[in-house]
Amino acid sequence: MAGKKIKMRAKVKDGVAQVKCLMPHPMETGVRKTAEGELIPAHYIETVTCEHNGKVVMEAQWGTSVSKDPYFSFKASGAKSGDTIKVSWVDNLGESSSGEITLK
Amino acid sequence: MLNTQTRRRFLAKMLAVGALVAMPLKLWARNAEAFAAKNAEATLKSLLGDKPLVASDDIVLKVPDIAENGAVVPVTVSTTIADVRRISLVIDQNPNPLSASFKLMPGGVADISTRIKMGQSSDVRAIVETDTTAFFTSKNVKVTIGGCGG
Repeated sequence: MAGKKIKMRAKVKDGVAQVKCLMPHPMETGVRKTAEGELIPAHYIETVTCEHNGKVVMEAQWGTSVSKDPYFSFKASGAKSGDTIKVSWVDNLGESSSGEITLK
Repeated sequence: MLNTQTRRRFLAKMLAVGALVAMPLKLWARNAEAFAAKNAEATLKSLLGDKPLVASDDIVLKVPDIAENGAVVPVTVSTTIADVRRISLVIDQNPNPLSASFKLMPGGVADISTRIKMGQSSDVRAIVETDTTAFFTSKNVKVTIGGCGG
């Protein structure tokens, strides 16, 4: 099952791209309870991969304490107009999603 | 006799190749133990192993002094330390202190931001690792409403 698409913004300054991502995701910790007292099962993003022109530049491992609908920004060096930046995630239930942006 | 020998050699070679192939996979593997650790000390041990951990002024950790809402605490980490391999965020008082770990590829830029949840007021540590050493800096964040409850 695919998750919601990642929203991305990027801008390049002096060859370094600053990429900002918003990933809609519940990020349930597994310790919260419903009003009826039932545990809400954990559901969170485990791995985030960032690629610059198809080459992995960063891989993040997340736990449950990253906020709901995570915001994540990073920088990529050696960036120029026309380059593509792709970000993808996989969560603990095996769901995944990605987003791609072409640098202006 | 000769046949057994070559077969053994072949098997040994196969094992060696297998190990080589499996190695990168292992490097990528999630450090589940570190994420499951219940206190800061166990987290650091599982995360860093024997790497020395030293305080550093070269890490810039941006967090609010007071977080009104513990569910959304913005964090930015950047550093001038060269050849950074990994940046990790550890929140001492959270049920599982390790929040996130960012692995940088060679040439990567050590400058990341995200938002984290905090159950209560706590020190937030940014840990920056090179191949040989782990550097850290920490800041206390006061939380007025926790982010882990309902």
